[in-house]
Amino acid sequence: MSIGHTLLGLLESGPRHGYDLKRAFDEKFGHDRPLHYGQVYSTMSRLLKNGLVEVDGIEPGGGPERKRYAITDAGITDVQRWLATPEKPEPYLQSTLYTKVVLALLTRRNAADILDTQRAEHLRMMRILTDRKRKGDLADQLICDHALFHLEADLRWLELTAARLDKLAEVVAK
Amino acid sequence: MTPPPGSLLAAEELRKAYGPTVALDGAEFSIHPGEVVAVMGPSGSGKSTLLHCLAGIVPPDSGSITYNGHELAGMSDAQRSALRRSEFGFVFQFGQLVPELTCVENVALPLRLNGTSRKEAEKAALTWMERLEVDGLRKKRPGEVSGGQGQRVAVARALVTNPRVLFADEPTGALDSLNGERVMELLTDAARSTNAAVVLVTHEARVAAYSDREIVVRDGKSRDMERVV
Ligand SMILES: Nc1ncnc2c1ncn2[C@@H]1O[C@H](COP(=O)(O)OP(=O)(O)OP(=O)(O)O)[C@@H](O)[C@H]1O
Ligand SMILES: [Mg+2]
Repeated sequence: MSIGHTLLGLLESGPRHGYDLKRAFDEKFGHDRPLHYGQVYSTMSRLLKNGLVEVDGIEPGGGPERKRYAITDAGITDVQRWLATPEKPEPYLQSTLYTKVVLALLTRRNAADILDTQRAEHLRMMRILTDRKRKGDLADQLICDHALFHLEADLRWLELTAARLDKLAEVVAK
Repeated sequence: MTPPPGSLLAAEELRKAYGPTVALDGAEFSIHPGEVVAVMGPSGSGKSTLLHCLAGIVPPDSGSITYNGHELAGMSDAQRSALRRSEFGFVFQFGQLVPELTCVENVALPLRLNGTSRKEAEKAALTWMERLEVDGLRKKRPGEVSGGQGQRVAVARALVTNPRVLFADEPTGALDSLNGERVMELLTDAARSTNAAVVLVTHEARVAAYSDREIVVRDGKSRDMERVV
């Protein structure tokens, strides 16, 4: 996730202090991983340098968390562009798993077991997410659903690959 | 192998062939009270056959099935159908409601067949329909409700006898994700609150994620995914 764009977006509704930004981020998006203050300040100084935010005021007492930031027009354009650009679909997991399966076949290990082990791990994760979804609010549900659909896609790939292992073994042996 | 201690329903070394087609080839299964077990696996691998054997609907060619310590094969047909009526509940993919009856009459039907009075049966039926959020449909006929609503009515009917084991074969197969998940939520909540065991056949991982444990059936053989390391 782009922390920079997210913080920028949070500034669109009005100027905020560094600590306020962190709190808003954690509350809305930091379900699993709250931001470190360090991340907020390094991100804000980068946005400042790029002209996407400006300092709108400083409270007495010093320290970066006292700075109040406001989004600039360039910043708004940047958020707009980020929101309008689709994310690259990342098939990273498949390629790791594919490598493992092919390597197992090449070294005459049990590739079916590798797939089943992964499958069990995926389903274990899906159970945890389903449970969290049942107990959570709408935001939890949407976030968990996204992860669940992705894990489900992985799992379907695992199933399909398991069903095609004999064929794959033939191809790999060539 | 003996069934795991405390299991309510257990099967070992199940074999079943339809002519030359081997549907089950040494499958095993066990479930505890209150447990939800997902049965997954490719099409034609033997999932439904396993469920039908466990429920005493189809006799296996060999192997043993014990319910509450009793061998199903040792029972008479009448004893087995009494068991199905009083201890088991069933939910299938579709087409299970009687079209001529209203929804509440459908839900009350298993109790009526067991000799419960109409008034009492419909009262119990309504309680279950409320839990499944379909009490508003009581007077409608199955042809007048949506697929998801009909499926909830079917779940209410399966639970109205307070079964010890609920057999569900692709209960969400004909539903979209939102409806499918709502049905699963209601079904598993209801089963947990009555400590019923649920045998859940599904090919959808998101549906299986409502289970406590998963077995995968491939070529008539079962694999307990908890024992995969
Ligand atoms: N009544 C029957 N007569 C003949 N063959 C049958 C019968 N029932 C099942 N079979 C065969 O037994 C095998 C297992 O079928 P089963 O219905 O158990 O599969 P399944 O895993 O439930 O598949 P699906 O996911 O498609 O529902 C298949 O090859 C099927 O064609
Ligand atoms: Mg089937």
